[in-house]
Amino acid sequence: MNGANGIVFDDVSKFYGDVLGVNRVQLSIPPGITTLVGPNGSGKTTLMNLMTGLVRPSRGSVRVLGIPPSDPERLFAVTGYCTQFDAFPRGLTGYEFIYLHLRLHAMGHARAAELTARALERVTMTAPAGYRIASYSKGMRQRIKLAQAIAHQPSVLVLDEPLNGLDPMARAEAIALFRALAAEGLHVIISSHILHEVDQISDQVVMLSNGYVVAEGQIQAVRGEMHQEHPLQILVRCTQPGLLAARLFSEDHVAEVRMHHDRGGLLVSTRDPESFYELLGKMVLEDAIHLESVAPADEDVHSVYEYLIGGGGGAA
Amino acid sequence: MTPAVRLWCAQIAAIVRLELKKNFSFRRALPLYLLAAMPLLVFVSHAIGYARGWTNCHGTEDLTVFAGVFQLFVLRLVVFFGCVVIFLNLFRGEVVQKSLHYYFLAPVRRDLLVVGKYLSGLIIAVAVFGASVALSYFILCRHLAATASAELAGPALHHLGSYVGVTVLACAGYGAVFLLLGMLFRNPIVPAIAVLVWESLIVFFPPLLKKISVIFYLESLCPVRVPFEGPGALFAITANPTPAYLAVPGLMLLAVLIVTVAAVRIHRLEINYGAE
Repeated sequence: MNGANGIVFDDVSKFYGDVLGVNRVQLSIPPGITTLVGPNGSGKTTLMNLMTGLVRPSRGSVRVLGIPPSDPERLFAVTGYCTQFDAFPRGLTGYEFIYLHLRLHAMGHARAAELTARALERVTMTAPAGYRIASYSKGMRQRIKLAQAIAHQPSVLVLDEPLNGLDPMARAEAIALFRALAAEGLHVIISSHILHEVDQISDQVVMLSNGYVVAEGQIQAVRGEMHQEHPLQILVRCTQPGLLAARLFSEDHVAEVRMHHDRGGLLVSTRDPESFYELLGKMVLEDAIHLESVAPADEDVHSVYEYLIGGGGGAA
Repeated sequence: MTPAVRLWCAQIAAIVRLELKKNFSFRRALPLYLLAAMPLLVFVSHAIGYARGWTNCHGTEDLTVFAGVFQLFVLRLVVFFGCVVIFLNLFRGEVVQKSLHYYFLAPVRRDLLVVGKYLSGLIIAVAVFGASVALSYFILCRHLAATASAELAGPALHHLGSYVGVTVLACAGYGAVFLLLGMLFRNPIVPAIAVLVWESLIVFFPPLLKKISVIFYLESLCPVRVPFEGPGALFAITANPTPAYLAVPGLMLLAVLIVTVAAVRIHRLEINYGAE
């Protein structure tokens, strides 16, 4: 990818004294929604802080749309960062929090007021914007931070656990907003523990564990690289599961076949999904098996996370 | 003015506006206002006491007393601790509240951030302590006019500018020192106390060492020399005073130098609230 239109980490390491933040990260993040996934302490926030210059790399370099984080004048004209810190400047209302930040962009009053109103509307915070942030609920604070991050209409939006504290309705609205921003061509980088929501929104994922990137790319592609070690599980609902099972046992790429408890289907583990789908198609034609549904059972972020990183990731 | 300079000026103005809004509302800055009101209280009480006949006063010693109070109390305590409160918190306070990153995530050069924050602190310090000194001296002069030494009141008023000017220089000098300390130290109170001790003990140092202090130059600029006696003599700076044409630019240069060090230093600052 051209470094001028992506986010590039070139052999980046960050140590906090003796403690490893991230190590030897080599990444190129294209436009769209990219989710950073990993357990606490895996390096998600460190990666975000590195790309926004809040911390400096111990080695290597970072470029955001070709701009180094050491150049805040250019970087933050095109980047918005909603951090996970639940703290705000003292005594400000929601409106002032966004408006005064926009004035730091050297915008005039009219332009700053217009963008503030627009950002508040996008996160449905127009009504409470006149109240002090200290009186806001957790969800409102999260939304006002989000509004501040998008207010100056950035090309890169970095969101650290943006769904934390939001109720289901607000989560759905936030996810719709992220999708809309990605559709506008933004780079949206999100860190999240909520894996089923990551599944819904991500164009690509970056999986981190103990400061290392253990996988990156579209989730199907990442899953595809694991077929030898972790055969893909496919749930087949059909009319003659016994016949199908008998045929599958003779195939080398099939690691395991289990009958569904209602005897109306099979759970097949295969190291070569393409051969499996080819065989299934042939059987449908030759053996007149009637298929009700065929769906991968572990081709989601949660399963990949479990295989690569281990337990505990599905919670939150 | 080039577009870049215009941009920087607009950003510095925005930082000052934000800082004043955040930190210097009446309720939040109440301790500062109370501190600034203390010298005012002394001279208002004296004037009221004389007017009501509670005290006897010929007015002859009042100007010297004001100079003593200004040097020993206003400069060494009121302005010093006021600047500790204002300038130490400009960066340290933001780190403690975990809100410094909002500035670091704005399209503003970090050195401009230092300048903007310093100016906001200076504006408030000068406004509060400058007003306190000006008002105190003005009240003293009005009181003088009612005493047997009424003829002193007119000429004395000419010193008003000098006292306010020294106050401004004190805010600029101490402000720069505490701004830097707030950036360098996790617990800046300890180095602030060290500065206080140094500024207090220079009276015992040889003349050359006396010059490595802010208070020496400030006292050199005071319009009235105080003939300290008794315990007050402990604070008499006996070295030859530095002429104003050296002391004023010297203090301003010192402030600029320290703010420049802070502006360089801030580029190495990282946001790591977890380590606090």
